[in-house]
Amino acid sequence: MTILLSVHDLRAYYGQVQALHGLSFDLNEGSMTTLLGANGAGKTTTLRAICNMVRSTGAIQFEGKPLNGKSTENIVRLGIAHVPQGRGTFTTLTVEENLQLGAISRKDIKAISSDIERMYAHFPVLKQRHTQQAGTLSGGEQQMLAVARALMLRPRLMLLDEPSFGLAPLVVRDLFNILGKINREDKVSILVVEQNAQLALEIADKAYVIETGRIVMSGNATEIANDESVRKSYLGY
Amino acid sequence: MELLVNQVLAGIATGAIYACMALAIVMIFQAIDHLNFAQGEMAMFSTFMAWQLMEWGVPYWWAFLLTLVISFAGGVIIERLLFKPLAKAPILTNVAGFIALFAIINSVAGLIWDFTIKQFPTPFGSSPFLGSQLISTHQAGMIGVTLALLIALFLFFRFTRIGLAMRAAAAMPESARLVGINTGWMVALGWGMASAIGAIAGILIAPVVFLEPNMMGGVLIYGFAAAVLGGLTSPLGAVLGGFLVGVFENLVGTYIPGVGNELKLPIALALIVTVLVVKPTGLMGHTVVKRV
Repeated sequence: MTILLSVHDLRAYYGQVQALHGLSFDLNEGSMTTLLGANGAGKTTTLRAICNMVRSTGAIQFEGKPLNGKSTENIVRLGIAHVPQGRGTFTTLTVEENLQLGAISRKDIKAISSDIERMYAHFPVLKQRHTQQAGTLSGGEQQMLAVARALMLRPRLMLLDEPSFGLAPLVVRDLFNILGKINREDKVSILVVEQNAQLALEIADKAYVIETGRIVMSGNATEIANDESVRKSYLGY
Repeated sequence: MELLVNQVLAGIATGAIYACMALAIVMIFQAIDHLNFAQGEMAMFSTFMAWQLMEWGVPYWWAFLLTLVISFAGGVIIERLLFKPLAKAPILTNVAGFIALFAIINSVAGLIWDFTIKQFPTPFGSSPFLGSQLISTHQAGMIGVTLALLIALFLFFRFTRIGLAMRAAAAMPESARLVGINTGWMVALGWGMASAIGAIAGILIAPVVFLEPNMMGGVLIYGFAAAVLGGLTSPLGAVLGGFLVGVFENLVGTYIPGVGNELKLPIALALIVTVLVVKPTGLMGHTVVKRV
């Protein structure tokens, strides 16, 4: 299996405060990998460091090429779509404009409208609301929109920051099923950060557990889910 | 009655200039959340460049076009050199930057072209418009150009990808970067467009107020008033605000005894304060709908 994203000895800082202390992990092409950990463990910071949205040192390679020193927008243009915490919805723009923005860096303009139709097929609720201001959507609908917007980039890799946050259990279940489908059918590799470890382990192939800015455990998702001591000490269920 | 119609039309014509200035102000406000105090001086400098080009024998419309291009480039350069480094600085530092820019442009214009007033030509002529005594062809031209500009901007922001990218960058810069938009260049583009719009305002008003380095002082204040009245987040509001301020200013000057030309400005500003007390977002400014 080829490695799509490799992170080596990543250290990140907010001002004087160090948030990541030499974190390393790999993500295989086509896989769905999850980063688990408690609040404040450094999951969000890891995603932000990959997209150069926080000061960091260490080696990050995507498709074998270093990302260090590249601006956020140029990293995205390499095919890394990032759905941030809080979803990053353009609340004052319409649903359809949000989708168009997802594809704003693409050169193949002609394919964009057919991709928008594909997203409407994945997420029918977005079609119903396509002229509506995105800020008026419910939390679950906004999360669907955020995922759809990210897919509009035709990404190689999608980074998802707590997609389950603030959503009703049934909606979360729906969303994760769709993510699994996207991963399998559209061949998009996914790195998902979650506090809802149980659910994330059900659909992911591989998992890393972070505690205070370090990887403390890694393995196949099923192994980790079945290891009772890991579950009790790190995942809390 | 004829006096009223006359004053309203004249108000709409000067309002067109305020509308252009307000549009320029709104463009930059959308991009960086600050009011550009130097907007009027930038417009004045552009107008001088147009005048200089015509002095050198360039025909009017070529000079007009060239001035727009140079002003656009100048706006981009000012952003790159002066305001990009200040992007993360506190608001007062930015204000100081705007005031410095104001003073520098004003003095440099005075140095190059001195402070004596100059005639500025109009391409529309100054004969009565359609045989009517109410409004001159130049005034009609000012209104027409402003409306054409508004429509062009609307089409640009509504239907082009770059317009959409600019709106996204203004609304949510971090999300915009995450879809691959270079937000820094969107800001620079906003400055360039604002500078070119200001140039149009300057070139249109110069035949009326005459060309000199301080010509935009009053116009800028009315432009601010128009932008605030219409809502700083709405280009359409800015234009509407411009026309309203122009008409109101004229009517107050004509009909309220003792006001005349001197007191028009404070009374217009008092109206704006009143509107803002009643409707703080301005007439067309949007309140963001949010569901949590």
